[in-house]
Amino acid sequence: MSDAINAIKLSNAQIAWRAAQDIEDGAYVNLGIGFPEMVAKFQPEGREAIFHTENGVLGFGEAPKEGEEDWDLINAGKKAITLKPGAAFFHHADSFAMVRGGHLDVAILGAYQVAQNGDLANWSTGKGGVPAVGGAMDLVHGAKRVAVVTDHTTKKGDPKLLDACTMPLTGVGCVTRVYTSLAVVDIDGGQFVLREKLPDLSFDDLQAVTGAPLNVQGTVGDLIVPAL
Amino acid sequence: MDKTIASVADAVADIQDGATIMIGGFGGSGAPIELIHALIDKRPRDLTVINNNAGNGHVGIAAMIEQDMARKMVCSFPRSADPRAFTERYLEGRIELELVPQGTLAERIRAGGAGIPAFYTPTSFGTDLAKGKPVEEFEGRSYVQERWLKADFAIIKAQLGDPMGNLTYRMAGRNFNPLMAMAATRTIAQVSQIVAPGEIDPEQVVTPGIFVNGVVQVANPQQEEFLNRQEAVYP
Repeated sequence: MSDAINAIKLSNAQIAWRAAQDIEDGAYVNLGIGFPEMVAKFQPEGREAIFHTENGVLGFGEAPKEGEEDWDLINAGKKAITLKPGAAFFHHADSFAMVRGGHLDVAILGAYQVAQNGDLANWSTGKGGVPAVGGAMDLVHGAKRVAVVTDHTTKKGDPKLLDACTMPLTGVGCVTRVYTSLAVVDIDGGQFVLREKLPDLSFDDLQAVTGAPLNVQGTVGDLIVPAL
Repeated sequence: MDKTIASVADAVADIQDGATIMIGGFGGSGAPIELIHALIDKRPRDLTVINNNAGNGHVGIAAMIEQDMARKMVCSFPRSADPRAFTERYLEGRIELELVPQGTLAERIRAGGAGIPAFYTPTSFGTDLAKGKPVEEFEGRSYVQERWLKADFAIIKAQLGDPMGNLTYRMAGRNFNPLMAMAATRTIAQVSQIVAPGEIDPEQVVTPGIFVNGVVQVANPQQEEFLNRQEAVYP
């Protein structure tokens, strides 16, 4: 990616902010471990989402103060959490019934690669080491909307939005929207549809760092995010 | 009826070499550390261990692995803050890994406990983890056949228990524990407190005693996270 693009691209917090704007009041939401967890910080005022964690909690809140952790009360990332009024505990089979059974409104995950048909690769680079999948393969099936938050390219500048994934798949045809550091892209009918892009970025420059054709249906909105 | 067992050593006395053991917990939350350590004292070998993870630090399951008691791990996420015990042995080919998506792991255990030999799930369809498994289409969508998981023993952690084997859990410490209780030939629960029959409101029972063979009291159980912060090593 060129220095010019690096200078204007969104931070992870800004990508998370943009993703948070699409979460409706009262939605049941699962956020992947790491970067996607930031989405919870940017819920628009007046809306309250209910957050689900795979290990058996609905309705958790922020991290406790240091020294006030209860290690029976953690999230899927093994971090201490707190409860909001109306929270619920349940066992792992019920937790994944919520996931696979189509009861979650949104799952927001990170990605190594996303293909134009909605295939997602986010669990293994395929390079050896100890493989670990956790709940990723379950989460991509069942949530009504599966969205990805990611940098538009790898650190080396290679596209992460591709015609086909080259890394081991997490799920087939599962992603419906991608929030990147440069654009908001829907996956519709086996193709990328550009919905929003940074106003200072030309379509051609965006296409040059995308590994499959970006289609336009109607107008492309400006991706405008506050400084965070 | 009295399923009470006097000590953690007595509770694990029947676990022999080659056994398949389900161990409750998600990371340290709901992990029966005292039962695991009692098992390390007895040191059966060649075990197949079913748990979401593969140990953290030098206590609990990580300590079992360091003592080379486990031949195989069945888990979804064999990584942790300090996964060296498993990682070193896995990369040297000294321990086997069956990697299972987390929801599939939970459902395979539930199926084992419920007498359902196989089921279909959308999870893992089209991925490396579905290789060699039957696939079938239902209502226009493809699903992967997964089989039940059962075990010779389950060692689990609960909050309250009674002599009938009824159990309640504490917060997110519930996780895999009620499922594993159903899926093993013999289920042993460590509980923070054993109370008299009737003292647990039947409305509050999470695991009914029919799934539990033994209950041992461990007041003030240790937390893996605390032990790891103290850099504890077992034994």
